[in-house]
Order: sequence, then structure tokens, then C-alpha cells
Amino acid sequence: MEISFIIEKLVLVLIIFALTMFFALYSTLAERKIAGFIQDRYGPNRAGIFGILQPICDGAKLFSKEEFIPNTPNKLLFIIGPGIAMTVSLLGSAVIPWAEKFVIAGVEYVPQVGEINIALLYVVAVMSTSIYGIVIGAWASNNKFSLLGGIRAGAQMVSYEVAMGLSLIALVMMTGTLSLREITEQQAGFGWNIFFQPLTFMIFLVCSFAECNRTPFDLAECESELVNGHHTEFSSMKMGFYMFSEYVSMFFSSALISVLFFGGYNYPGMEWVADNWGVNIANIFALLSILAKTSFFIFFYMWVRWTIPRFRYDQLMNLGWKILFPLALVNILLVGLGVLLFK
Amino acid sequence: MITIIFYILAAITLASGLLTVLSKNPVHSAIYMIVCFFSIAGHFLMLNAQFLSVIHIIVYTGAIMILLLFTLMLMNLNEQHEPVKKVASRIAATVSACLMVVLLLGAFLKATPTIEAYKAAEIDFQSVKVIGDVILNEYLVPFEFTSVLLIAAMIGAVLVSKRENKA
Repeated sequence: MEISFIIEKLVLVLIIFALTMFFALYSTLAERKIAGFIQDRYGPNRAGIFGILQPICDGAKLFSKEEFIPNTPNKLLFIIGPGIAMTVSLLGSAVIPWAEKFVIAGVEYVPQVGEINIALLYVVAVMSTSIYGIVIGAWASNNKFSLLGGIRAGAQMVSYEVAMGLSLIALVMMTGTLSLREITEQQAGFGWNIFFQPLTFMIFLVCSFAECNRTPFDLAECESELVNGHHTEFSSMKMGFYMFSEYVSMFFSSALISVLFFGGYNYPGMEWVADNWGVNIANIFALLSILAKTSFFIFFYMWVRWTIPRFRYDQLMNLGWKILFPLALVNILLVGLGVLLFK
Repeated sequence: MITIIFYILAAITLASGLLTVLSKNPVHSAIYMIVCFFSIAGHFLMLNAQFLSVIHIIVYTGAIMILLLFTLMLMNLNEQHEPVKKVASRIAATVSACLMVVLLLGAFLKATPTIEAYKAAEIDFQSVKVIGDVILNEYLVPFEFTSVLLIAAMIGAVLVSKRENKA
């Protein structure tokens, strides 16, 4: 393995990390602004113009708050809980293809950290391990409310993973590949998967809300019942890590939705731009296109959060097991029929 | 470089495996076991078996260990509450584990690795296509029997939980 390859990938990792952090940082501001808009008020507007410095102030506040560790026999687990949550939610974006190849001075640079042919399975694996941060942190807090929140989160994620996996199977039956780059390339032009599989998209979207612990499925931190759920005992930047990891996984799952169903970095007229203005300009537009789609889905998450009230826990389980799970199975049958008839 | 990584991984696997057995707190055991499973997935990756490694993470660390962790967390086991197991059952457990090891050793010694054939034909033996082909063509009947076994276990679990509800 050449050293230049490793350096290239490390730089790419840093860039994507910075991008993810930037999006997560400004998602906190966007969330409050959108909440303000939907509830007919201003939202934060004191720090900087339009409150643009608000996330930085919030971060400084979180860092400088008092560090409180409850009297628990599992201090180590209590400390690494938020770390696991953050690490796992950052892992997913490694396989997202951000654009085609950039060509700078005759050398090709692929803006994707890991091009593996089982990328979709990797994503499922990352999502299935994302429970540990919450469950371990919640258990180590030595608090009944935290434990209940953690257990709720775990049961919810395990249940919705089933429907999510089955909906991905339906998608893979049509694409015939597990590589995210090949899935993106198949959707070139305007042949987005959403037009072929709207039902799969609906199931996947609902499940991704549950996987990210977002309202209407944020039963883990249901403040009307469980104080603050799994992060009741966490303070300062540990609490910030939990909050942030939620935004990071929201960014990742928005990017994943746009890759799987909305053509990823494809945009209409991509080839024309590449022919007339050069490959790099076309790729910059491609990057902007996937970021725009991602931003739309982040907005969609927030829109839903401030529109739909929280589910009750039995309703959540009924939706997962009695509606989404059979629906995903029927969807697999339908897609199978469709593949047999039209391919 | 690969050898160094192998030794680090092997050390982690063995240490976490030992700690799983030795640690007093059942939740800590479960967490060590999770670490152990992750390092085993690393071993699969070193053998170039990407598919196997990711499936291992999804099934074992993602699903099974979470359910195990739940039961442990909810049961709130203490050393005082721990039921003392009978000597007979302990001996039975040891003997069956030893028999299992003998069986596995026999199977591994007798088995003829087919990887060399794939390597000679220059087929990507770890790809999903090849694995799917082998499972769903060559070994279709054992594969289906495994799924029947799993469904039987699932129905059994549902039955057990139903019976508890009535009582």
C-alpha cells in the first residue's frame, strides 16, 4: 500500500468529518429556526446576524458547564457511553459517494473514503451497533429513568431494523448490487429509485426516523414520562455528544436516503456540464447536488418533528411489527414480481 | 504490518474472551463479549471475508448481544441473588463443551478447503455473488433446513411467552 494513498484517504476522512460536524453544528440552529417558523416566532436571533453565531455560543456553553458524574460503580462505561454514540454515528459516512472522480493535474481523486462492494451491509451493521452508546450510557447512569429510556431505545431500534433491512432487500433486488457507488451510477440522469419503488422509500423513511431517535419516535428521551431518558444524568459536553450524535446520524441517514432513492450526486444535465465545462466543475455541482438533497432531508426531519406529536410506546411497536413488517414483506413480493416481469 | 495487526487482534480477542468468563458483573461480561465479537469480525476481515465479517457484526453484535444485554440489565443480578447451580449440571456443561470442541476439531481436520480452487480460477471467493451462488444452488437443502430450525425456535419462543401470559 503506497503512502500517498493513505494520506489521500486520511485527508478525505478529515474533510468529511469537518463537513459532517459543520452540518451537525448548523442543524442545531436550523432546528430552532424551523421550530420558530412553524410556531410563528423568531427563533434565536441575538448572536450575530440571523443568530448565525448561536451554535458556537451553545458549544462554548456546553464545554464550560460543570462536569457532573453520578455516584455509579461504572464510571468508565458512563464516560465512554457518549463517545461510542458519537463514534458510531460518524462511521456511516465512510461509504457515501460524494461525487465522481475529480481529476487534478492528471491524478484521479475519488471523493469516497471506502469503496467496498458490501457498502449497504456495512451501513446496516453501523446502524445496528448505534444502540450501544445509548444503552451502555443509560445503564451506567445508575438511574431507573435512564435505564428505561435506554431499553426503550434499544427495543425500538431492534424492531425497526427488521423492517428497514427488508425494505433494503427490496431495493437490492432491483439494483442487483450492494455498492453505493454502483447504485448511484444506475440512477444517472433522472432514473431515481424513488420513481420505481415509492413503497420501499416510505418504509425506509419511517424506519430511519426510528433509527435516528427523532420525533415522532423519540421515546428514548420522552421528557413527559422519563425526565430526559437516556441522557438524564449526563451534563456538559457528554450531554452535548449525545445531542450531537443525533444530528450527525440525521445527516448520515439523509445522505443515505438521497443516495439510495434520489440519485445521490446525479443531477439532470450532468454529462452536458462535464462535456462543456470540464469534469471538475461537473463534480463540484454533483457534490452540491448531494448536499442539497441531504439538506432537504434534514429539513424534512425537522419539519416532521415540529408537526407530528410523539407516538405512544405501544403504538410505536404496533406500527413497527404489525404494519411496517408485513408491508415490507409484501413489498418484497411486489418488487420480485416487478423484476421478473420488466427486467 | 498484517502480522502485527493479527497479533493485536488476537490479544484483544483472547483477553476479552477471558474477561467475559472471569468478570463478576454479568453486564460487564456481556460488554466484553461485544468487544470479543468485534475483534472476531476483524479476524474475518483479515481473511478477506468482508461479507462474513459484516454479517457477523449485524447478527451477533447488532441483534443477539443487544437482546442479551437487555435481559441482563433488567434482571439486576447480584452475587447474592445468583442461583447456585448443581454439580451435575456443571459437569454436564463441561462435558458437552469438550465434546463440541472434539467435533469441531474433527470437522476442521477432515474438511478440504475449496478456497484454493476459487483462487486458481481467479474468482472473488468472498463476494456476495459467489456466496449466494454456493448457498442457494449447491447447499440449498441444508440452507432451507437451517431456516426451518430458526422458525421452529421462533414459534417455540412465542409459545413460551403466551403460556406465561395466561398464568
